[in-house]
Amino acid sequence: MAVGDRMSTINKNAQQIAAEIISNKKVGAYHHIVFAVGDIASHVKPGNFVAISVGGENSSMVLRRAFAIYRTIDRGATGGALEIVVAPHGSGSTWLTAQMPGVKVDLIAPLGTSFGIPTEPVRALLVGGGYGSAPLFGLSEVLKNRGCRVDMVLGASTAMKIYAPLDGKRSVSSLTITTEDGSTGLTGKVTDVLAEIIETNQIDIIYSCGPMGMLEAINKVASELGIMHQCAVEEAMACGVGVCMTCVLPIKGSDGQIRMLRSCIDGPVVDGDSVIWEAKRTIPEGTWGTN
Amino acid sequence: MFNFQTSIGQVNFANPIFTASGCAGSGRELAQFFNLTELGAIVTKSIMLKARSGRATPRMAETPSGMLNSIGLQGPGIDLFLEKDIPWLREQGANIVVSIAGESVEDYAVLARKLRSVPGISALEVNISCPNVENRGQVFACHPTTARAAIEAVRRNIGGELPIIAKLTPDVTSIVDIATEVVSAGADALALINTVLGMVIDTNSMRPKLAGKTGGLSGPAIRPIAVRAIYQVREAMPNVNILGMGGVASGRDAFELILAGASAVSIGTATFGDPSAAMRIKRELQDELVSHGFDSLHEAIGYAHRSDGGLR
Repeated sequence: MAVGDRMSTINKNAQQIAAEIISNKKVGAYHHIVFAVGDIASHVKPGNFVAISVGGENSSMVLRRAFAIYRTIDRGATGGALEIVVAPHGSGSTWLTAQMPGVKVDLIAPLGTSFGIPTEPVRALLVGGGYGSAPLFGLSEVLKNRGCRVDMVLGASTAMKIYAPLDGKRSVSSLTITTEDGSTGLTGKVTDVLAEIIETNQIDIIYSCGPMGMLEAINKVASELGIMHQCAVEEAMACGVGVCMTCVLPIKGSDGQIRMLRSCIDGPVVDGDSVIWEAKRTIPEGTWGTN
Repeated sequence: MFNFQTSIGQVNFANPIFTASGCAGSGRELAQFFNLTELGAIVTKSIMLKARSGRATPRMAETPSGMLNSIGLQGPGIDLFLEKDIPWLREQGANIVVSIAGESVEDYAVLARKLRSVPGISALEVNISCPNVENRGQVFACHPTTARAAIEAVRRNIGGELPIIAKLTPDVTSIVDIATEVVSAGADALALINTVLGMVIDTNSMRPKLAGKTGGLSGPAIRPIAVRAIYQVREAMPNVNILGMGGVASGRDAFELILAGASAVSIGTATFGDPSAAMRIKRELQDELVSHGFDSLHEAIGYAHRSDGGLR
């Protein structure tokens, strides 16, 4: 997915609706929330995200919150449904996790880019950190339907923060779990096990989603082994629709030029090698517009 | 039939709801949610001479009823803007107000020359709330002399027809003094207010939250400052049109700025929370005006200044 040298636009399928919460269940450290979204569901691709306004009317929280889409169901009992996995971190996500079924929220979806799906059956490795595993299960389904072999590695600080639902697990050929405290799976980080899994299963492509530090570490491994890597980045957003310019990231285009690109429009899914990881929230030298 | 028309300088607009510069992207993003021709005008992101990468991240922090931003005027530069963004906006049939920003008086002059013969522009917003690199990074709009110099440079180079709207910062001792100066320098109208300088310290990292350390505060938190600035300037210069902005999130809020003296109202931060906010506010404002017994927007402009003390 070459970015930067073309005119970037908002996801053409994005729609803003008042969506009713159908269900809200606590799963480990997270909440699994389902919204009735009608025909939006059929336009969502793995990697897309949703932007939700929080706090209700007269809220002092003026900015929209972005969440990776876990999966969608085209036709359920209530029509199309969209599901997310939320960690109650800040005031916005905490408000959302406290909303009961029946409540309507203002929601925009689908937003952003999606994971590139190979045209031929390949051997894919999906790597997720914490609730970053959520969008990988939908991706796994799509890849499997294309005849791909799918292996998965999920990591978190502790067992409670591993998100791996039963039906999700069924869609993968192997699942390796790592936790930093050793409370479940192998003790360590996802990157400790990558090289071996890549070699054993002759992996062709890595898809990842999780905190930026983890994505950077995965990209290092992928780069060294010469394996394609697509990742869904996590940057703080104020709007999710490309107008606020806060979620930018230094990305090298196919023309070799580094640009500060919006992760809501040119991402969240980007080629791992196109991100200037070492820039660490600075503007790298030679970036377009720095002369 | 309710008359929603308004005017800024010599130019008429079908309704008083504008976007705020820097809060509408290139227009393409919002066009996904509503027809841009429904706006009184789209005010483009302040454009500079050259392409700008903007500042490092984090660029944003949410605050109670507001947000702090330090984008650093990221943008494509005037040439690419005129080549790509303006023709697209013209194709949509949108009313366009181009916002410009410079780092020197000469920048403003060059920008005005590049824009003077561009067709399809309704007005020029001159954002003088930028650091002047020739004067130790002091903000143009903070001193009467530099504010005047920037506006004069635009006036000399733009020709007679395009109205100049000078956008002022509220971070001054007397906004009326600055307003008086830029009007005498050739500004036809005023945009009030730009963001208010602020800072947030992250109490976990115990450092400023923004990479740029300070940022511009916007959102409902600053609305009373906007109302005050508009009211004061309207009182001093009742014949100068004001494009009001600052934390407008509802029709009621837009009505408040109009009562203070704004002829039109820009929607900024509210768009980040709701991309169709401008359309909702437009509907709500009309309802608000009608329910207060006004037959036209024009009658309500500056109505809070009336001396008879009567209610409507």
